[in-house]
Amino acid sequence: MKILIYAEHREGALRKITFENITLAKQLGVPFEVAVIGSEVGNLQEELGKYGAEKVVFYQNADLATYSPDAYAAVLAEAVKKQGADVLLMGATSTGKDLGPRAASLLNAAMATDCTKVELDGDDLKITRPMYAGKVLANIRLSSAVKVVTVRPNVYSAAEAPATAAVDTESVDAPGFKAMVKEIVSGAQGKLDVTEADIIVSGGRGMKGPENWHLIEGLAELLGAATGASRAAVDAGWRPHDEQVGQTGKTVSPSLYVAVGISGAIQHLAGMSSSKYIVAINKDPDAPIFKLADYGIVADLFDVVPRMIEELKA
Amino acid sequence: MNIAVCVKQTPDTETRVKLTDDQKAVNESDINFILNPYDEFAVEEALKLRETNGGEVTIISLGPDRVKSAIRSALAMGADKAIHLVADKNPSDPNAVAGALAEELKTGNYDLILLGKQAIDDDHAQLPSLLGEKLGLPAVTVVVKLDINGDQVTAEREIDGAHEIVTCNLPAVIGAQRGLNEPRYASLKGIMKAKKIPIEEKPAALAADQLEIESFNYPPEKSAGKIVGDSADAVPELLRLLHEEAKVI
Ligand SMILES: Cc1cc2nc3c(=O)[nH]c(=O)nc-3n(C[C@H](O)[C@H](O)[C@H](O)COP(=O)(O)OP(=O)(O)OC[C@H]3O[C@@H](n4cnc5c(N)ncnc54)[C@H](O)[C@@H]3O)c2cc1C
Ligand SMILES: Nc1ncnc2c1ncn2[C@@H]1O[C@H](COP(=O)(O)O)[C@@H](O)[C@H]1O
Repeated sequence: MKILIYAEHREGALRKITFENITLAKQLGVPFEVAVIGSEVGNLQEELGKYGAEKVVFYQNADLATYSPDAYAAVLAEAVKKQGADVLLMGATSTGKDLGPRAASLLNAAMATDCTKVELDGDDLKITRPMYAGKVLANIRLSSAVKVVTVRPNVYSAAEAPATAAVDTESVDAPGFKAMVKEIVSGAQGKLDVTEADIIVSGGRGMKGPENWHLIEGLAELLGAATGASRAAVDAGWRPHDEQVGQTGKTVSPSLYVAVGISGAIQHLAGMSSSKYIVAINKDPDAPIFKLADYGIVADLFDVVPRMIEELKA
Repeated sequence: MNIAVCVKQTPDTETRVKLTDDQKAVNESDINFILNPYDEFAVEEALKLRETNGGEVTIISLGPDRVKSAIRSALAMGADKAIHLVADKNPSDPNAVAGALAEELKTGNYDLILLGKQAIDDDHAQLPSLLGEKLGLPAVTVVVKLDINGDQVTAEREIDGAHEIVTCNLPAVIGAQRGLNEPRYASLKGIMKAKKIPIEEKPAALAADQLEIESFNYPPEKSAGKIVGDSADAVPELLRLLHEEAKVI
């Protein structure tokens, strides 16, 4: 077995999931190489080496400065063939989910999305992926010759394991560009996405209105957390949709999830129940969120959150 | 504009998923099935485009007989035609589904193919991209805004922590995300009308599944934790626990 890890990068920086996947490959003890696709790499190999990558292949074409799912998929599928990999490992990020299936289709590969466990079983992979937004876990096998696996961010934490990465640069054709990115519009500057965050502070209808969100943001900043929201808060127009956690929002697995003024409807729980630790702040002792929370405070959030901010600042 | 919308029937979001005794499958007996929530955005977008550009909206769904009720829901919103690709069960491999849908879509000469960004049962989020590749078309996934001008498409898609503006030409495949529009409710008239529209049945041309589900588990049971206190005075203890016991801050 040989793994090819797709190095996901945006605006010159590698995404954390790439290191997490290197750690996973090392943990499996399977030989692996890293593929970088783009127009300029800079010194990405140094960072890749820090986590243990020994071989990096850079697929270069000036046109690839622009992301195009069909063009990138063609290059990626070629890379898998050229490097003789039988497993393509990617992040279950917006890019991995966009690009992965196209590459899989070109490779006649079956693909498993958003996996939370990847294990070796002889010469095969045993994979666990949540379904129904995490209400159940499926144990699956891919029987195709090449397999594409996207791994949920934050499940495997990246471990440094310094190595020197040998780099090959290959000029490639970049056909396609049927769809291409014209522009990236950043939301709030440098905003951390809930799917990648190690800590999330989420607010719900109990927050009463957007004017109170400085409490969520203040607490999040002190904890180095991303901000999330329940659907009630999103539907009310208080928060953008990309913050919504739940069955029709994002599924998250941070180490710490702080639910503030969120009742814990089944659709919300589905999206965050795999968090390692859950804190609930709610004035209703019967709120279902307390059934799942590791730690709870049954009190008015407008007393509790300011106090948390005060204590954390102290 | 000739538009196809691929829709899936899924359990409603309230469902507490129960497994069969051998944990090899989901027990469907108590499940209330609905039109996949994201597919409602896809249907709505198709109807809006038909309103401005004229044309026809065809609903296509692959699955067992029960999926007809999801097809009826989409017809009741206002779609014109429907095709049911009949399979004895829902394939576990999205690539097999994409292959069969692509075979059907190839025959329809569609300008635009709309899907939901993800089906909320299997959560693959693969179909829009798979179909794009299989049909040799551009695909834009997780779309929250769609502008079509002649055959020029400008779509805004959600990515982690930002949005991307993507351009392509028709024909194209689009995966709809919440935010794209507000799906209409089916009117009584729409529901009555939908009942009269024939659903064309065809066998689904399915390749063998290469993604196999061997078994399911319930996620590890979380036992209710500890109520640290009932006032803000519990905050220092909460922070201590998070720091010393959970070691997460
Ligand atoms: C198809 C469908 C999909 C859905 N998908 C999602 C999804 O992805 N994500 C999601 O979150 N929901 C989803 N929902 C909605 C879900 O059913 C709930 O309606 C929603 O999660 C409720 O949000 P909430 O907890 O913020 O609000 P509520 O249920 O209204 O809860 C507010 C909580 O705040 C507490 N509170 C109020 N004031 C205070 C105070 N001063 N101090 C402390 N506590 C206070 C209350 O006790 C209450 O528990 C979906 C629903 C449907 C039908
Ligand atoms: N069996 C199916 N029949 C028709 N469309 C489907 C089917 N399965 C998935 N889709 C479409 O593909 C989208 C994404 O599904 P998935 O990739 O399975 O998460 C759904 O929102 C539907 O629009």
